Amino acid sequence: MSYPADFKYTKEHEWIKPDGATAAIGITSYAQESLGDIVFVDLPKPGTEITAGKTFGSVESVKAVSDLYAPASGTVTEVNGELATAPEKINKDAHGSWMVKIKLKNPDELKSLLSPADYEKFVSEEGGH
Amino acid sequence: MVDFNGWDMPVEYSGIIAEHMAVRTGVGVFDVSHMGDIRLAGPDALAAVQHISMNDASRLAIGQAQYSALLYPQGTFVDDVIVHRLGEEEYLLVINAGTREKDFNWVRENSRQFNCRVENLSDDFTQIAIQGPKGVEVLLKLTDAALSAVKFYWVTRGTVCGLKNTLIARTGYTGEDGFEIYVPSDEPTSARVWNEVLEAGREFGAIPCGLGARNTLRLEAKLPLYGHEISDTINVWEAGLDRFCKMEKPEFIGREALARAKAYPMVRTLIGLEMIDRGIARDSYKVLDLAGKEIGYVTSGSYAPFLKKNVALAYVPPELSLVGSELQVECRGAGVKAKVVPTPFYKKPKKR
Repeated sequence: MSYPADFKYTKEHEWIKPDGATAAIGITSYAQESLGDIVFVDLPKPGTEITAGKTFGSVESVKAVSDLYAPASGTVTEVNGELATAPEKINKDAHGSWMVKIKLKNPDELKSLLSPADYEKFVSEEGGH
Repeated sequence: MVDFNGWDMPVEYSGIIAEHMAVRTGVGVFDVSHMGDIRLAGPDALAAVQHISMNDASRLAIGQAQYSALLYPQGTFVDDVIVHRLGEEEYLLVINAGTREKDFNWVRENSRQFNCRVENLSDDFTQIAIQGPKGVEVLLKLTDAALSAVKFYWVTRGTVCGLKNTLIARTGYTGEDGFEIYVPSDEPTSARVWNEVLEAGREFGAIPCGLGARNTLRLEAKLPLYGHEISDTINVWEAGLDRFCKMEKPEFIGREALARAKAYPMVRTLIGLEMIDRGIARDSYKVLDLAGKEIGYVTSGSYAPFLKKNVALAYVPPELSLVGSELQVECRGAGVKAKVVPTPFYKKPKKR
């Protein structure tokens, strides 16, 4: 499994892709595989403040409910409306399915997140498939 | 893999939705060996079965089966069960995995006064379910038994995968046509039969199915699950299983309490819910009225893959149970609107 080089990762299996002052956030391929068929996503509205480490929404599969944890703090600027009607896109392409975009409050927060190599190591230690 | 009542079982093989749809449109294969098997045999076997179960087993011809339940004296559930009449004086009860020990002890204790043997055959059988509209075509490739003569909820014996005298039952827990076969439980035989079933089913799109799809399938068909819709604190009337409870039988364990209960209004009844607003009602979520007051709880709830809706079964007071009523389910802290709908949510299409 290859994890995109321009993303950073969290131990809660979210990814964040910075792009200047903003960043896109999603869940990793490992997360979608663990969840199984995703059938529902609950995301915050634009304008919502999210805080690093705190929950900002949830993703549900047929068998499980999983909280989404913010990799970094910021204000939601965009929400991926496609996921409301086609949440299965996350299963098909987790790294290509951004959930929210935020205006980063404190870009330095990204420094403490996992690199692709660190995340891959973390996943294999978790007993990943 | 998860621990299901002491059994190491897969939640899914390739994905719950794919497995669910395979059963609804073609065929899916389940290893259901975790279920238990109790045989009652002897001159008083029927009398014993009649005493311990609520349906009327005297209606069963040899080769016929019925859905039934073992009840406590209070009229609540020990377990639900399929009663199969295998012979003149021989009955097989197929029971839940989680209640194997409890059920066997219950059956043995409560049939002591009858002249019949009670045997726990649970470990003797590997049970494989072949479920879906194409299930019969798969099994026809593996057996010499005349399956077209076996109606739904009837059983026969035949050679299956070379194993003589194998019990074949046209039963299942999916709401589709299908069969359950009972083969010897030794590992080589079990593995061989499992693989041969999947191989025979390949041309029909057969795939192995796990617990996840087993649950979504039975939920769509409104088939009860012990510990959810039925339990030792829920009675037959509340669970809506009246038609399987033959009060005209003069005696069975639980009959008196059920007769008494009929004289009082019910405090709760099992209903079907369909979510109106965005949210998935799940097991044990609270049910609220539109004002937000807690009025009941969800027994089983999930996304339903065939219906493509979020559905649930729940207990609520009878006065709030009318089809069409709007209620709410508390999903992760917020009330989400739902409406009471008729059940079962899904019924298999009639044969053309």
